[in-house]
Amino acid sequence: MVRVMARRRVRFTFPEQLITEPLIYNLGRKFEIVTNIRRANVQERVGWVVLELEGDEDEIERGLEWMIAAGVRVDPITGDLIEG
Amino acid sequence: MSNVKSLRCRECGSEYPVEPQYVCDFCFGPLEVCYDYDAVARDISRERITKGPLTMWRYHDLLPVDAEMALDMQTGFTPLVRAKNLGRLLGLNNLYIKNDSVNPTFSFKDRVVSVASAKALEFEFDTLACASTGNLAGSVSAHGAKAGMNTMVFFPSDLERGKILGAGIYGATLVAVDGTYDQVNRLCSELADNHRWAFVNINMRPFYSEGSKTLAYEVAEQLGWRAPDAVVVPGASGSLFTKIWKGLNELKDLSLIETAHTKMHIAQAEGCSPIVTAYDEDTPHVRPVTPDTIAKSLAIGNPADGFYSIKTIENSGGSAVAAPEEEVVEGIQLLAETEGIFTETAGGVVISGLRKLAKSGKIQPDDLTVAYITGNGLKTQEVVEPVVDPVFTTPAYEDFMTNMAARKERNGASHG
Ligand SMILES: Cc1ncc(COP(=O)(O)O)c(C=O)c1O
Ligand SMILES: [Zn+2]
Repeated sequence: MVRVMARRRVRFTFPEQLITEPLIYNLGRKFEIVTNIRRANVQERVGWVVLELEGDEDEIERGLEWMIAAGVRVDPITGDLIEG
Repeated sequence: MSNVKSLRCRECGSEYPVEPQYVCDFCFGPLEVCYDYDAVARDISRERITKGPLTMWRYHDLLPVDAEMALDMQTGFTPLVRAKNLGRLLGLNNLYIKNDSVNPTFSFKDRVVSVASAKALEFEFDTLACASTGNLAGSVSAHGAKAGMNTMVFFPSDLERGKILGAGIYGATLVAVDGTYDQVNRLCSELADNHRWAFVNINMRPFYSEGSKTLAYEVAEQLGWRAPDAVVVPGASGSLFTKIWKGLNELKDLSLIETAHTKMHIAQAEGCSPIVTAYDEDTPHVRPVTPDTIAKSLAIGNPADGFYSIKTIENSGGSAVAAPEEEVVEGIQLLAETEGIFTETAGGVVISGLRKLAKSGKIQPDDLTVAYITGNGLKTQEVVEPVVDPVFTTPAYEDFMTNMAARKERNGASHG
């Protein structure tokens, strides 16, 4: 099998009830993904983390789907690109 | 030569050469154009600007493009109209409308695309692209045509027909993506990483957003070289809002105006108001939302400049205001019926927001106030169709008189 290694820069936004969960740690354990945090802000009501994911393209996709299913919002680091 | 010195990260301050790069390699923060203001100060003066063309390019000293390279479609220097009728209704004695709906493709986006497309040519891209819900697509398509570039515009496939048409007519390749806004976003950011295409709002964004500053310069010049006391600006990503503030402060730092004391008010539609929510909750951290609003041109749930918008509000003593969804059309009607200006939903949001700000006293009766009208009503006709109601009659004189009388009675009854 050809492994396509990829890097993906994303922003995770955590709702209040997930802020205290070790989701990024679990993402790196459950999937073969290296997580590299660059910037973060966590407060009482909301938290976000900007990070780079490195791994197999499909593995990253699966990992992100798992994060989304857990209730985390995943966005490109640029924010929304669509403009009026 | 342009006066640009470097690109600089807005988060960590790292500097980069002037290239089509838009995020910082260290912290992934957004990059911004940085000027050699000493060089600008040596050249610029009110006289020099006044002698320039009657377009946004009269301010080329403060734009990141060499003047000769400008892709000029005669964008900008749009009317600043004294709005006495609307002012009287809202209790504002010094109200002006900056009517930016009369640009070549009928929105302020021509300002940003004008800069981005010139820069794309300078960087020798042959493809101009964007992800859009309408106004941007139209502008990118027109500029791509003028520049002789290959043009690709991406949008969610459920977009209104009128907006698709307004882009397609210029010969652009239209890509209707069968998916949500989020998915179009994702696709375009991947494309920007993997193809040498100039996405005006992705890899050209640092340059693109500078074009919005001209909306500050023009208003200051048109007011006789002074900053307004208050402005109301529509907000989606928050880029326009923060750049108007940057523009005013540049003019002050260059002594072209005395003070930049303007209170910056941003207006969003209630159904997509993440910046207003953060302002109300007194936090600079803007929580993404899923948009559900009539104002589609402002439907950005995760605003890239949300954080900086809150900072702009703080630094200027302004505020953020949400227009109730059911008042957006009212705002459109109000502006049309008092000042004869037909704006799209984003303008309805501004006028409705302005009314709230005047009522609450956040804008005072004697404040020199400017409301920015950034898009044209002909693009969102669907939303106003129900309020347009002709009198039907045969060509016979008597019939006309009868039908007119019936209409008067009906109107009278509805007012009673
Ligand atoms: C008509 C109109 N006004 C205002 C905006 C707001 O732009 P920004 O994303 O810079 O906040 C947009 C764009 O998306 C628009 O189309
Ligand atoms: Zn940085």
